[in-house]
Amino acid sequence: MKNTSIFLRLWGDYACFTRPEMKVERVSYDVITPSAARGVLEAIYWKPQIRWCVDRIHVHAPIRFMNIRRNEVASKISVNGPKKSMKEGKGHLGLYVDEDRQQRAAIVLRHVDYVIEAHFELRDQSEHPKKHYEMFKRRVDKGQHFQQPYLGCREFSCDYEWIDPLEIAACPESLQGQKELGYMLHDIDFDDDCTPRFFRAVMNDGVIEVPPFHGNEVLS
Amino acid sequence: MNHRYDFVYLFDVTDGNPNGDPDAGNLPRLDAETGQGLVTDVCIKRKIRNYVGLIKEEQPPFEIYIKEKAVLNQQHERAYQASKLKSESKKLPKKVEEAQKITHWMCENFYDIRAFGAVMTTEVNAGQVRGPIQFTFGRSIDPIISSEHSITRCAVTTEKEAEKQQGDNRTMGRKFTVPYGLYRMHGFVNANLAAQTGFDSNDEDLELLWSALANMFDHDRAAARGQMSPQELIVFQHESPLGNAPAHKLFSRVKIERTASNGEAGPPRSFSDYSVSVDDSDLPSGISIERKI
Repeated sequence: MKNTSIFLRLWGDYACFTRPEMKVERVSYDVITPSAARGVLEAIYWKPQIRWCVDRIHVHAPIRFMNIRRNEVASKISVNGPKKSMKEGKGHLGLYVDEDRQQRAAIVLRHVDYVIEAHFELRDQSEHPKKHYEMFKRRVDKGQHFQQPYLGCREFSCDYEWIDPLEIAACPESLQGQKELGYMLHDIDFDDDCTPRFFRAVMNDGVIEVPPFHGNEVLS
Repeated sequence: MNHRYDFVYLFDVTDGNPNGDPDAGNLPRLDAETGQGLVTDVCIKRKIRNYVGLIKEEQPPFEIYIKEKAVLNQQHERAYQASKLKSESKKLPKKVEEAQKITHWMCENFYDIRAFGAVMTTEVNAGQVRGPIQFTFGRSIDPIISSEHSITRCAVTTEKEAEKQQGDNRTMGRKFTVPYGLYRMHGFVNANLAAQTGFDSNDEDLELLWSALANMFDHDRAAARGQMSPQELIVFQHESPLGNAPAHKLFSRVKIERTASNGEAGPPRSFSDYSVSVDDSDLPSGISIERKI
């Protein structure tokens, strides 16, 4: 535990932490990735002077999946269309969903409940860590955030609360013992041409230790 | 826009299929664990897009990017507002600037891009817009039953079929309905992201969202849909853009119970079998509640 450690409980009805190798028909990882947890923290409070680092993930609900299939559009907006229309002052934009449709299934998590243990590093050493810590805590206590945090996809929004580390309950029976979750995305290295980095996730009695992002245990 | 909004939206369906599941042969979507019905977020967004497209006649600045052919007023070669953006003197490569300009222009012209965001792929990563509006799945209060109805048609499609039936010409079809379901959906409108996409900078977008939620089912009648109606739109307005209270605590103030007259006895068959109460006692400071329907 560092002096800037925070503990945040997150829970929600659904979650989808998509495995990069199964992106077409989305399949979620068994648990939240450090990357998604960082996203939640940043949704609540972030400034360019700090960097959130996730240390531990506590899993507090049994891991359960469900399947959803939805109609989605197959394409993204190309830049050339609007460019041409802007230049010529006329044209047709827009996608016709019935001509450009794909049905995609997603295997998502149900009823998730985590405690994220994290700390922040200062990117600007002249800053006072206490300031950011207190601001984050105040926001969480008041339910304030920059944007509604979510669990992997924006339609799966989540609730959050500040939790005292002493109050963290034991994990459910089904998660007791050691579980190998295989290689899991740690985060994307934005300083290195957006390279994804992976680590071997092992859950001991519901707790996953997240190695430091630039440590030897994390591979790109 | 300088407020955060969290809202609870209630809508119901009578003898219709609010949202079919492509994985289950178009049966109404179901949460297999609880038996509650589901309506996906994208289903509701589609209806909002259709409504705005209809009301604003597909004209900029309220054009709709993701269109359905059926609601389209085909108009050829309309003039667009030329973008009169001053390029910012930032030390960015020209390409990024161009992409941002385009993203900005798209936001200005298209309501659904301003509201829900969009992904614009370029070789430079400047074309992702996160919209201020976020919906969750709608979910029915009680478990739903879907009834299957066999229906007949007194005509056939091909001559071959007619020959086979020796002129009897009948086709059987199937239709699924939910006898009654009251669905609850939560949504969020975020002032910080609104600033990024320019949502409501015309002071019209947000009102348009509320009116879409209130009226969109009236313009979305279909054989499959039965009768769908909005029943409640309870909006929690926060004084600050960051918010003044946790959303889940506000949402828990909206309680939906079965009314005593019907009790828990029979299956619900109309909105009057439910009562909706909003607890507005000791509201956190800076929170105001408005029931818009």
